[in-house]
Amino acid sequence: MSKILLWKYAAIVVVIGAALYFLLAPNEKDKPFNLNLGLDLQGGVHLVMGVQAKGAVANHVSRLVDEVLAEAKTNKIYTLSARSMSPTRQEITFAAPREREKFKEFVAREYPGLIYADVDERHGTLSLAAEEAKRIEDFAVEQSLEIIRNRVDALGVAEPTLQRQGKDRLLIQLPGLDDPDAAKRLIGRTAVLEFKMVDEEVTPEEALAGKLPPGDEILYERTVDKVTNQVLKRTPLVVKKRAVLTGDMLTDARVNIDRQYNQPYVGLQFSSVGGRKFADLTQANVGKRMAIILDGNVYSAPVIRERIGGGRAQISGSFTMEEARELAIVLRAGALPAEVSVLEERTVGPSLGADSVAAGKLSMIVGGVLVIVFMAVYYRFFGLVANLALVLNIILILAGLAGLGATLTLPGIAGMILTVGMAVDANVIIFERIREELRMGKTAAGAIEGGYDKAFSTILDANVTTLIAALVLFQFGSGPVKGFAVTLSLGTVASMFTAIFCTRALFDGVLATREVRTLSI
Amino acid sequence: MSFTIIPVGTEIDFLGRTRLFVAISLLLIGGGMVALFLNGLNQGIDFKGGTVVQIRTQEVVPLDEVRDALRTVGLGDVVIQEYGSPRDLLIRTAAGDEEVGAKIKASLLKQFGDKQVEVERQEQVGPQVGADLREQAILAIVYALAMVVIYITVRFEFKYAVAAIIALIHDVALTVGAFAVTGLEVDLTVVAAVLTIVGYSLNDTIVVFDRIRENHRENIQLPVTDVINRSVNETLSRTVLTSGTTLVVVIALFFLGGEVIHDFAFALLVGIAVGTYSSIFIASPVVALWDRMGRKDEEADGDAVSSSRA
Repeated sequence: MSKILLWKYAAIVVVIGAALYFLLAPNEKDKPFNLNLGLDLQGGVHLVMGVQAKGAVANHVSRLVDEVLAEAKTNKIYTLSARSMSPTRQEITFAAPREREKFKEFVAREYPGLIYADVDERHGTLSLAAEEAKRIEDFAVEQSLEIIRNRVDALGVAEPTLQRQGKDRLLIQLPGLDDPDAAKRLIGRTAVLEFKMVDEEVTPEEALAGKLPPGDEILYERTVDKVTNQVLKRTPLVVKKRAVLTGDMLTDARVNIDRQYNQPYVGLQFSSVGGRKFADLTQANVGKRMAIILDGNVYSAPVIRERIGGGRAQISGSFTMEEARELAIVLRAGALPAEVSVLEERTVGPSLGADSVAAGKLSMIVGGVLVIVFMAVYYRFFGLVANLALVLNIILILAGLAGLGATLTLPGIAGMILTVGMAVDANVIIFERIREELRMGKTAAGAIEGGYDKAFSTILDANVTTLIAALVLFQFGSGPVKGFAVTLSLGTVASMFTAIFCTRALFDGVLATREVRTLSI
Repeated sequence: MSFTIIPVGTEIDFLGRTRLFVAISLLLIGGGMVALFLNGLNQGIDFKGGTVVQIRTQEVVPLDEVRDALRTVGLGDVVIQEYGSPRDLLIRTAAGDEEVGAKIKASLLKQFGDKQVEVERQEQVGPQVGADLREQAILAIVYALAMVVIYITVRFEFKYAVAAIIALIHDVALTVGAFAVTGLEVDLTVVAAVLTIVGYSLNDTIVVFDRIRENHRENIQLPVTDVINRSVNETLSRTVLTSGTTLVVVIALFFLGGEVIHDFAFALLVGIAVGTYSSIFIASPVVALWDRMGRKDEEADGDAVSSSRA
């Protein structure tokens, strides 16, 4: 046997060995053949969330403008009001034209990040520079991703995927989870926790009738039906707009059970700064009511009985255990800097996933057996060799998936099934060529050589076009479709190796070891 | 003696019947386009936005009862259909808000109890994502076609690329037409199938083109029509065999692969059948036609030159 042929065999053995290693190497997660199954096969939740990053900018601007106006006031520059024009711009009304000039100077000196522009004698606008707005948007998206990651981690999902997608979208995949609603509640909640003082000087009725004092706002406490999730009652409450304390001062939030009423509540632990602030606050406001507000909804508004030290507080309400647990998770992970909403959701239950795997396997076996029988009958010995190549091809595709850490999806299985049909194509092209060469009167060895040589460029061209299509699919596809593109590409590349290289080496080996007069083709 | 599907020495005059096959294709494409115009495509929620909930019931539940249960939710137009078996139902609505899926589930559980109904799959796509996905799908098909033209132009000649693209557009048009006629749902996986067909149909076409090029090189004196006819005949057994094995597996997938992948398998089935047909009856004749037209142009140019000289 020639040296080249021996090298070829060595290469084949190495490839098969590597493939078996990828498939059979032990892994800590007990995945069959080290394959990552897609959400459509193992079940799970796929979410695409949109981050309203503009909202984060608007919040930032209104906070900043409030601060500027307050600072201006301490510097004896008097403004009447600020009105939002766009997320990045607010219009300021001045008490007198003279104030405007002072204000302009003050902003230029103290707040170089803000751009002031005159409107008329009594009005001017404050706006945020475009790059600064963009930076805040970008940061809001990144921060949302991190906070959601923390919340998901608390959920205890094995191997979640969280990725930023494009400018303001987040891709979240939670394998094995089959309650998308719980996931959405946990991920989608903004979770802004605020403590605000209740304004006792007006009743909610008066405020609703239009006597809302400046600096106050009306918020509602909702009573929700546990079964239907319908809002039964909304109780209005007048509170000071300015929050006296916010959730970013928290270090921990845990679920506890109230022994007396056997009710779950969420216990909060403030940071040392927050704890001191809370103690001072409660001391100064004994006898008054403080509202605990989450995402604009009042949870409770207890009366402060005494100074509360130790930095502890609690949120009680009529929670179920599950709600309390979710609330504790989102408070611990922190508030999202902007609102997020679900743009796309795909959930597959585990039983449907298992059904899909079974159906995929069955059609693969049936299709594969039909092809194998056909090849053996039609091409006899050559057909058997092609079948060997086919089986090797499937092993290589699976090994490729395992080695690349790619994900096998339902369309991916379809891609493998399709590859079974197409992988024999290369052998069909070669074998038909060999038959032609034989008809022209060539010897066995000559026909094999001629057949392989002439078929090669055809097969290459044909496969490259399939690869082009697969590549485009990979670029544009998401999830399942991407899985299809990966198996199709792997199958095409692997078939070049198995159907051409391996079969040729086998035939050459036979030719080298014995004298062959006629071919069983 | 070996088995053969196509007898050795078969000489079918494919090019002689070009008009017939072009007429058949045009008729079929025309029919598909009429259906497309009248019915449009049944776009899935991937492109249109909306919500799909797939449920499995313990016993067969009449569709009307499910419909009644859902009426209380007030989602507008709700379509309920059997999905593979009478116990598997697919519920779809055009509403794609966050809460729709939860509402549907809640009302079903309330009506039938959670022992009776199990939610197998829930998909919800917002209108913005739907529009994005549609744009991406169209772009993907356009990119794939463009890249293929470039590749074939580099490897062959431009006239082959033109012929291959005409064959491809033919295949895609017929597949899309088949979806318009049957009203089957077009979703992301169907687009994936169409792109696969683009690859597969080309694969087939290229095998024939390769042979045309080879035969043309070896028999430069032979008329182009004869070269093409001969090449198609010589590759006929391979074309039939490969399409055969591929169709066998796709048919297995179509019948056994399960409901989720049914439309995808249907697109592949149509596409592969049509792709095989087009590489024999459409792509090769176009090469011949282009060649003939090119030759006429040259002759016309020659005439012009000689007449100006006169």
